[in-house]
Amino acid sequence: MTDELINITVDGQKLQARKGQMLIEVTDAAGIEIPRFCYHKKLSVAANCRMCLIEIEKAPKPMPACATPVAPDMIVHTRSELATGAQQGTMEFLLINHPLDCPICDQGGECELQDVAMGYGGSSSDYVETKRVVMDKNIGPLISTELTRCIHCTRCVRFGEEIAGMRELGATGRGENMRIGTYIEKSVDSELSGNVIDLCPVGALTAKPSRFSARSWELTQHASVAPHDSVGSNLFLHVGNGSVVRAVPRENESLNQTWLSDRDRFSYEGLNSADRATQPMVRSNGELQPVSWEVALKAVADTVQNTVKQHGAAQLGALISASATLEEQHLLQKLMRAVGSNNIDHRISQLDFSDQQHAPVMPWLGQAIADLESVDAALLVGSNIRKEQPLAALRLRKAAGNGAKVSFVNSRVYDMNFDCQAHLAGGQREQLLHVAAIAVAAGVEHSCLRDLLGSFEVGDQHRAIVKSLSDGETATVLLGNSAVMHADYAMLRALASGIAQRTGAVFGYLPEGGNTAGAWLAGCVPHRGTAGVTSEAIGLNAAEMLSDPLKCMVLMGTEPGFEHPRSALAQRTLKAVENSIVITSHVSQMMLDHATIVLPAAAYAETAGTFVNASGSWQMFNGVVAPPGDARPGWKILRVLGNQLDVDGFDYQSVEDIRTELKGLCRELELDNRYEPDGAMLADRANSTGDANGELMRSGDLPALRADMLVRRAKSLQRSSDAQPGVISLNSSDLSRLGIEHDAVVNVEQDGATVVLKAKADDGVPIGLAWLPLGGQDVAGFGALDQPLRVTGS
Amino acid sequence: MSTTESVLNAHSREEIDEWLTRYPPDQKQSAVLAALRAAQHQNDGFLTVELMDAVADYLDMTKIAVYEVASFYSMYETKPVGRHCVAICTNISCMLMGSDTIVQHVEKKYGIKLGESTPDNKIYLKVEEECLAGCDGGPMMQVDHVYHMKLTPEKVDQILDELE
Repeated sequence: MTDELINITVDGQKLQARKGQMLIEVTDAAGIEIPRFCYHKKLSVAANCRMCLIEIEKAPKPMPACATPVAPDMIVHTRSELATGAQQGTMEFLLINHPLDCPICDQGGECELQDVAMGYGGSSSDYVETKRVVMDKNIGPLISTELTRCIHCTRCVRFGEEIAGMRELGATGRGENMRIGTYIEKSVDSELSGNVIDLCPVGALTAKPSRFSARSWELTQHASVAPHDSVGSNLFLHVGNGSVVRAVPRENESLNQTWLSDRDRFSYEGLNSADRATQPMVRSNGELQPVSWEVALKAVADTVQNTVKQHGAAQLGALISASATLEEQHLLQKLMRAVGSNNIDHRISQLDFSDQQHAPVMPWLGQAIADLESVDAALLVGSNIRKEQPLAALRLRKAAGNGAKVSFVNSRVYDMNFDCQAHLAGGQREQLLHVAAIAVAAGVEHSCLRDLLGSFEVGDQHRAIVKSLSDGETATVLLGNSAVMHADYAMLRALASGIAQRTGAVFGYLPEGGNTAGAWLAGCVPHRGTAGVTSEAIGLNAAEMLSDPLKCMVLMGTEPGFEHPRSALAQRTLKAVENSIVITSHVSQMMLDHATIVLPAAAYAETAGTFVNASGSWQMFNGVVAPPGDARPGWKILRVLGNQLDVDGFDYQSVEDIRTELKGLCRELELDNRYEPDGAMLADRANSTGDANGELMRSGDLPALRADMLVRRAKSLQRSSDAQPGVISLNSSDLSRLGIEHDAVVNVEQDGATVVLKAKADDGVPIGLAWLPLGGQDVAGFGALDQPLRVTGS
Repeated sequence: MSTTESVLNAHSREEIDEWLTRYPPDQKQSAVLAALRAAQHQNDGFLTVELMDAVADYLDMTKIAVYEVASFYSMYETKPVGRHCVAICTNISCMLMGSDTIVQHVEKKYGIKLGESTPDNKIYLKVEEECLAGCDGGPMMQVDHVYHMKLTPEKVDQILDELE
């Protein structure tokens, strides 16, 4: 498309348009309404619904505005007799087979078909024959189908092909028998599948979890920000009868565009989980007993004060979730530091902290999220970006479609919905070796690299990655969620940043949680206070707190037995903690096993706050529903605790006060991912081992649908195909070596504990590894990643 | 899980490969019609999901895209049918020349209706939706891929009885 401007006239109005634009783009921009169903600005032009027919002077017949490029001096009439006649005719035909079940249709009241029929249709139809009926298909737990209502606009089909990169829906059959569906009995599995619900202009595809639960006009709409990944997608929460009924995207071209990931769309279901903490509880006589807030808060203050008095503040520790709000994170670390402890961390899944002093004040993407769609090359280390940051992956997919060379180094080959230049996979040791080999190919020099590599050779694939990064005008090297969990994170970081430096690529991070970046700013790390101010004393990091029991621990919004790579150790340690104070929106049996005090907190959507996304945007939101029972917003709980502990600076009136304080502290901050490891960082030190002594080595990540407390309890998402509970995946050659059938029930033993799982053949898993990720109910508090395990048939 | 090799036989793959040479290498899907025809032929006249999936894999297409094609064209059968496809033209010219009698005769002969197959899976009476372009010889029918013109009940019996 050129930038050459031409003049056209629409309904007597003079408009300027770029040559080659479709007429509907120009009229949309000018606010001239033309009805449409199949046209969508983010999708290709299909021109199959014929609703946007308009009159163009000198054209012999009505033309579809969505598929008619503007031409110089074109004169268009959108409301002439010819145009409205054509629109009315189209509308009558579209309604021939459309059922009149609006009173029981979820789309009723927000239906494009209803609106357009009202605005552009006739008042009656000549059609008196019977209507066609299409049997519904079950396409999974998230989308409900009512295909008799379908008007064949094919937006959902085009979305799958063009945006989600996974063509699952299609139009099979012909003419009268054409229908949208999967043809075979199959669920729609894309991590972006829910978007077809918004795209569907009628009620053929609606949200299954909220089906029949509300009428759209009874709902109130509230702007919010998604809590699960570091894109920080903008969304609207729809509230009815005091609870969140559904979530829909709020357009933000720089972040989520018009989309929303399924995790962000359906995780609200976790708000209404039976696991909600609704009452303060204190353990007495070995049992957790419900108490009043006064009693509970006093118990917390006493416990903290007694710990400090009897054992010193060093025996007090705190862990906070990366999806807690910035304000909660700030207050918790402020409270901890005020009573003298630097033992505060949000890096629950991290194992290697040796280079934390060199970490940037806020590890961030190093670029805008939208920039990812124009990179020429990218190297992602330890990332399943497609599931973990789906809307960032969408940008990368677009880049790949334009020829960008994207490469991965991962613990397994993940399914990507775009072509990758390389997907190098192996156990932790092997990943490190691959990254080291790429670094050597890029010219990173360090005496330890030769020793580290040993007989591992720098291959063509490593050199090709370096070449793509160096040749690309814009290239990026990113560390993903699993990199952070690597036993040699420090070395990976040093090598990755070296590769970026040598190749001129932008070095960045894909922060794991909705507010991981914020947690760094807020000072929820043991070595730095708010805004990166260096602490005089360095406190204990998360892994230390989860391996040696302290006298008193505060856990806010986290379940380390699900989230820490050494799950069994973490759970054992928490059980051995004398006093564990849990501030939480949800409870689990594991948590109730170790908690001495439970303070019920508001979850996402129930509290106001701020999330900081991967590119450093601060996004504020308000609570839209009241927390259940006696639960209170986290910042209020922490404020009262501050007052009870007689700590200065806890007299906030509102969440804005806290935000303003933080803003002030962070004002001078400039984001910078530059990383200068000292020489010692790289010196002959590698924690990861490759040797499992002939046994299988457990490998895994923290899957997107198990990453935080809320999503773990979102029941429809947990039924979707990505959730995969109770499964251990092995390379098919390992399975046959062990004489185990695909889908067989097996005993998995690690660390003296056994779980019963289903074995699956999955050749994305490297030979010698057993893929058993964290975060599932089946493996809560079980074993550890990157340790040997034994799989036996049962 | 079955591999493409085990589902599409050597003859089908050879046939598809031959068609692939006629299209640019990055547009393998152009061969989908020919590939489905080969697959249908190897399976005695109808496609299964397994065969369509194998074609999809062979041509680097998504499965649903192959289902769309197979379900769109009337020359593909996506349900099990008899191995000999008998399509009697009932379009205007043949109808004027008495195709109704032919249809009645064949339906009576086998005790099945148009669109059905004989219980022994030998004969499938296809519903031919469009003119087969043999109007000069109406009434006519297509058996497997062969046209038979100027039909009479006797001639039909002779043709059909010769089928294996």
